[in-house]
Amino acid sequence: MTDTNGIEVLGLVREFKNGPRAVDGVDLAVAPGEIYGFLGPNGAGKSTAVLMLTTLLPPTAGTARVAGHDIVRDGPAVRAAIGAALQEAALDPLLTGRDHMRLQTTLQGLPKAQRRPRGDELIERVGLADAGDRKVGGYSGGMKRRLDLALALVHSPRVLFLDEPTTGLDPSSRADLWQEVAHLARDDGVTVFLTTQYLEEADVLADRVGIIDHGRIVAEGTPEALKAQIGRPSVEAKPAERGDRDAVAAVLARFGAPVAASPGAAAVRLESGEDLVAVVRALDADGVRVADLQLHQPSLDDVFLAKTGRKLEAGADAPASEEAWSASAGPGSQEPAQVRGTGA
Amino acid sequence: MSLLAQGAEMARRSVLQTLRQPAMVIPPIGFPLILMAVNAGGLESATRLPGFPTDDYLNFVIAFPFIQGSLFAAINAGSSLARDVETGFLKRLALTPMQRAAMLLGNLAGVMTVALLSSCIYLGVGFAAGLHFEAGAGGVLVLLALALLIALAFASLGALIGLRTGSGEAVQGIFPLLFVLVFLSSSALPRELIERDWFRTIATINPVSYLFEGLRSLVIFGWDGEALALGFGVALAIAVLGVLGAASALRTRLVRT
Repeated sequence: MTDTNGIEVLGLVREFKNGPRAVDGVDLAVAPGEIYGFLGPNGAGKSTAVLMLTTLLPPTAGTARVAGHDIVRDGPAVRAAIGAALQEAALDPLLTGRDHMRLQTTLQGLPKAQRRPRGDELIERVGLADAGDRKVGGYSGGMKRRLDLALALVHSPRVLFLDEPTTGLDPSSRADLWQEVAHLARDDGVTVFLTTQYLEEADVLADRVGIIDHGRIVAEGTPEALKAQIGRPSVEAKPAERGDRDAVAAVLARFGAPVAASPGAAAVRLESGEDLVAVVRALDADGVRVADLQLHQPSLDDVFLAKTGRKLEAGADAPASEEAWSASAGPGSQEPAQVRGTGA
Repeated sequence: MSLLAQGAEMARRSVLQTLRQPAMVIPPIGFPLILMAVNAGGLESATRLPGFPTDDYLNFVIAFPFIQGSLFAAINAGSSLARDVETGFLKRLALTPMQRAAMLLGNLAGVMTVALLSSCIYLGVGFAAGLHFEAGAGGVLVLLALALLIALAFASLGALIGLRTGSGEAVQGIFPLLFVLVFLSSSALPRELIERDWFRTIATINPVSYLFEGLRSLVIFGWDGEALALGFGVALAIAVLGVLGAASALRTRLVRT
């Protein structure tokens, strides 16, 4: 993939001293202009992979080429071709937004006459024109992320790495950032490698998704293709009384094969032709009261669940125990059909 | 882009960082002057000791603010670099074509710019209070040069600790240690007039004594080659060790292929 804007990774490994392999033989290819979503839970190896691809961490084994340059042998050429906004918005709280732009444009070697206009253009583009002369220490999380993105774009990179760019942002700031990232890829042809632990982010933004767990890619494809692998929707019911979980599970078992569920709930993958109404009738007929009933269309979380046996958004290592009942998180599917307090 | 241009931009950032934190500007200028005033007033009688080299304690104690100001330079340099490690700003810099040396050069140059400003204020206040400068105008310039070298020496030690630990708290933690070194030196009395043997021995071993004596020699004696050679030599040795150590720590911190 020489002289392109893509990314090509073969058998990439990173082993830390006395620790497990953070990245354990990753193979992937990102086409020029594509948005690639690298989806996985905390500690899956996403950030370690990004640090290696941005030349800030040498790999233990394997090779990777970014924008046609080898990440080990041609570090400076890789850095010249890429922009990166790493996991924490790395900003100096004592400098203003414009101070940051001045520093970045200078260090990136832009000609003197272009520095100020380029800085102003990007500050404007990310909506910080009014806040540009304020110290960054007073910025909100969303403003910091937007400035971080602007700084990564100073030298017009061909490949952009965004490491969990929307973590901690409110929905509105998140949507703004998605819009900007989509604009960069669609209109400017920038290749975007985006890590995230948010299913929705990967689903909405990414052309293709690689799901990583314990340092290995467990599934890869377009969000639609990945969800199509799962096929049918699932139904999940949580009884109103804790002791009724087995009764709920028995009723649901008539409609399909059991799948993992939220703590205290039971769930099945529906056989074709079944619908939620039939499930409600069956629960009612058996006199089982449920507090929560949801129909999930297949989601990337289901893909993750199918590949790893764990749910992504509920926390990869969260125990599915009765103790977790009161604090149980909602299922991770997109736009579930939901019925609360059904049953006799 | 040249190392100098990169270093200049980083120095600008360092100066801005300092000027935007009143706590980094007022104490390095105010505290040394307050301590100088207290000592000049309270220890005036020391000038009546046989063998005391001057009859005005101000001429003796004027060296103190330069050394104390250098300790603040160490804290400023170290805290700034530790903050860059803590916030991940160092990684941002690593992704640019910036040379490692530019970062250290810029940080130290910025701190020394502030040290130069402080030194001019110390001298201005000293002259306003009646300081007699034996070495004349040329001596003032040499004193400023030595003061800057001392500031560089301490700042590079601060940078070394800031980069090695990546912790602002660790950098702050060295301040009391440095202060002990200052007080266990010839800061308040000439070494030969220190009565206690153990104190005199420690003050003789303590390199900080030679920094004081180098600065003081220009004010009290005029041109004392030995004192100046020792002052510049010790400051240069600390600066070389500090800069090499900080450069090595930066190499470890700022990894890139």
